[in-house]
Amino acid sequence: MGKDFSSALRPAIVMTILFTVLLGLVYPLAMTGIGQAIFPSQANGSLVRDARGTVVGSTVVGQAFTADRYFQTRPSAAGKGYDGLASSGSNLGPAARALVDRLKPDIARRRAEGVSGPIPADLVTASGSGLDPDLSPAAALAQTSRIARVRGVPDERVRKLVVDATDASILGEPHVNVLALNRALDALPGTGPSGARLR
Amino acid sequence: MTLQGWFLILGFVALLLALTKPVGIWLFTLYEGRRTPLHVVLGPVERGFYKLAGIDPTVEQGWRRYALHMLLFNATLMAFTYAVLRLQGVLPGNPQGLAGLSPNLAFNTAISFTTNTNWQSYGGESTMSNLSQMLGLTIHNFLSAATGIALAFALFRGFARRESKAIGNFWADVTRVTLYVLLPISIVYALFLIASGVPQTMAGVVEVQTLEGAKQSLLLGPVASQEAIKMLGTNGGGFFNANSAHPFENPTALTNLMQMLSIFLIGFGLTWTFGKAVGNPRQGWAILSAMVILFLAGVTITYAQEAAGSPVLHHLGVTGGNMEGKEVRFGIAASALFSVVTTAASCGAVNSMHDSFTALGGLVPLFNMQLGEVVIGGVGAGIYGFLLFAILAVFVAGLMVGRTPEYVGKKIEAREVKLAVLAIAVLPLMILGLTALSSVLAQGLAGPLNRGPHGFSEILYAFTSAVGNNGSAFAGLTANTPYYNGLLGVAMWVGRFFIIVPMLAIAGGLAAKKYTPESAGSFPTTGGLWIGLLVGIVLILGGLTFLPSLALGPIADHLAMISGKLS
Repeated sequence: MGKDFSSALRPAIVMTILFTVLLGLVYPLAMTGIGQAIFPSQANGSLVRDARGTVVGSTVVGQAFTADRYFQTRPSAAGKGYDGLASSGSNLGPAARALVDRLKPDIARRRAEGVSGPIPADLVTASGSGLDPDLSPAAALAQTSRIARVRGVPDERVRKLVVDATDASILGEPHVNVLALNRALDALPGTGPSGARLR
Repeated sequence: MTLQGWFLILGFVALLLALTKPVGIWLFTLYEGRRTPLHVVLGPVERGFYKLAGIDPTVEQGWRRYALHMLLFNATLMAFTYAVLRLQGVLPGNPQGLAGLSPNLAFNTAISFTTNTNWQSYGGESTMSNLSQMLGLTIHNFLSAATGIALAFALFRGFARRESKAIGNFWADVTRVTLYVLLPISIVYALFLIASGVPQTMAGVVEVQTLEGAKQSLLLGPVASQEAIKMLGTNGGGFFNANSAHPFENPTALTNLMQMLSIFLIGFGLTWTFGKAVGNPRQGWAILSAMVILFLAGVTITYAQEAAGSPVLHHLGVTGGNMEGKEVRFGIAASALFSVVTTAASCGAVNSMHDSFTALGGLVPLFNMQLGEVVIGGVGAGIYGFLLFAILAVFVAGLMVGRTPEYVGKKIEAREVKLAVLAIAVLPLMILGLTALSSVLAQGLAGPLNRGPHGFSEILYAFTSAVGNNGSAFAGLTANTPYYNGLLGVAMWVGRFFIIVPMLAIAGGLAAKKYTPESAGSFPTTGGLWIGLLVGIVLILGGLTFLPSLALGPIADHLAMISGKLS
């Protein structure tokens, strides 16, 4: 067995080194090179820039929207909310008191905004990543009257933005990207892009 | 439940069934050691590796030597990863300037990736540098998967060979599987992921000024290259804490479908390879049928439960299915399906938080793992695990008719049955033993986030996941403590290698036996009766062993949930 052991040691060590170079360095670095060359936007995070070139977000990853003039994103358990360095769900169980305690004020707030009838589930639940970029069409439509009121535009125009931005893939559920939606909102003529002025 | 949801689920299975034979043929070519078209490009690499390492791939090994080389290789890889993680702070490729990992976290993580578990006690983005992700983790995603497939090949040879002392060459199996299956698919797959929005860069954090004027930091890195093999090799360890729920790991419904397909792809193919290896592809289809029946039963339960949602939330005026912990772009069906796929296979990637599933919706992923992850299962590990159950099934059938059982031309005798039971007994001993211990010790009870039965489920899920080498979690559990890192590390090691070694012993013993042709008295192992028996054996063994623990956890949780009793 001693001889067997020592004869197995060389391949174990050498193969560890060789595979580490191939799979741990060559493969990811080559993919980085190819990815950067062919798909530079996606490979660098699908970043969105405003007219001045400032990075305002990523088309892929969600960011926090809490102001009344915007479509608000889902509750988030990532750090203090939409923390890009601390993705997480709430991990609360279906009968957890802490979950109910979190839901109640959120539901009350939606009711105060005038949402009647059932509350769309995604509007008040936290996503798995805490960085969900989307809302369901129902959760977005539940917010249009508030936005129309704050921005002083007709409700139908805001609703039309939601309908136009809805992505209905057969493989998943219909969804609306909130960043795209809110950028479209800011681009609406007759409504100020600057929140400070409207507030 | 919706029609579209069922369309997704059934379409998913149909796609895999269509891919089973092509993938099976490709794997069979490598099992036989024959040339593939890829040898033109990668053949020199393969030969170069053998030459430098002093390996003669034509020299076959008996089961003991095969096991020794496998164990030594895995131990070396583990030690290497431990060193990389500990030294992270002084190594390059660390744009965030992260410190090295603590000894117990590095121990846990090194075992976790070596054993194909990929349990994440660490939070990816806040703990691991780019270099650690590549050197420490990505290599294991390949090699633990290749090890699993190599071991399955060894067991296939045990069944297929007659009066042979050898079951193959470990190095040849691992190298070929890595070079001709895992690497080429990963390259194409990673490109698809990048095109779909998964980052692939050596850069670190990007600062964002959000529309509302706040600051948000987004972490980039070599995500796509790791993501591809993470799924294909049923590893499951994510670049980010939130794993495949994170939009950078899994940005669209299409990437989500591809991730689910890639978890099962090799597992489906290996059933065909097994059938072909033992000379009758119908043997492979019979096994696959039993697996698919168990799988669809699980999907039906979880999908129905998640679509129905929580009565607690409905009572508050919230409509629809259970969206806590789920992403909108996937919705209920694709999240429920993913959860059953990832736990049927020993993947452990998650696209939604299992901890927040309804009680019975979360029971299925837990029970899938308790069955030994033999419903398709991890690459290689699923089929060799399932064949252990097949040995028990023919044994039970043999007891009923009073004949020495045989399976695919080999007599199954006392030695095989004892070793199979030994391997399978690891699951309940470790899972239930360690869960019980952690339910009474203060260090154990400090872990759960949720209270009441759901807290117990979190502990049970953690040890089930570790022993089953799955790696998914009821992630509310605070597992990054010396207590849990240590115990879960041991559980993962035992759950992997204490099953593998008896399995290889069976392979060695079977290879030495002579061929027993099928006779009128043989129990047929291809038809509906056999499939039913397989399903029955898997369910009865798993059910009898784990039902009491499930009653204390998810079932008690369900009763609380439907009666509106909060905890």
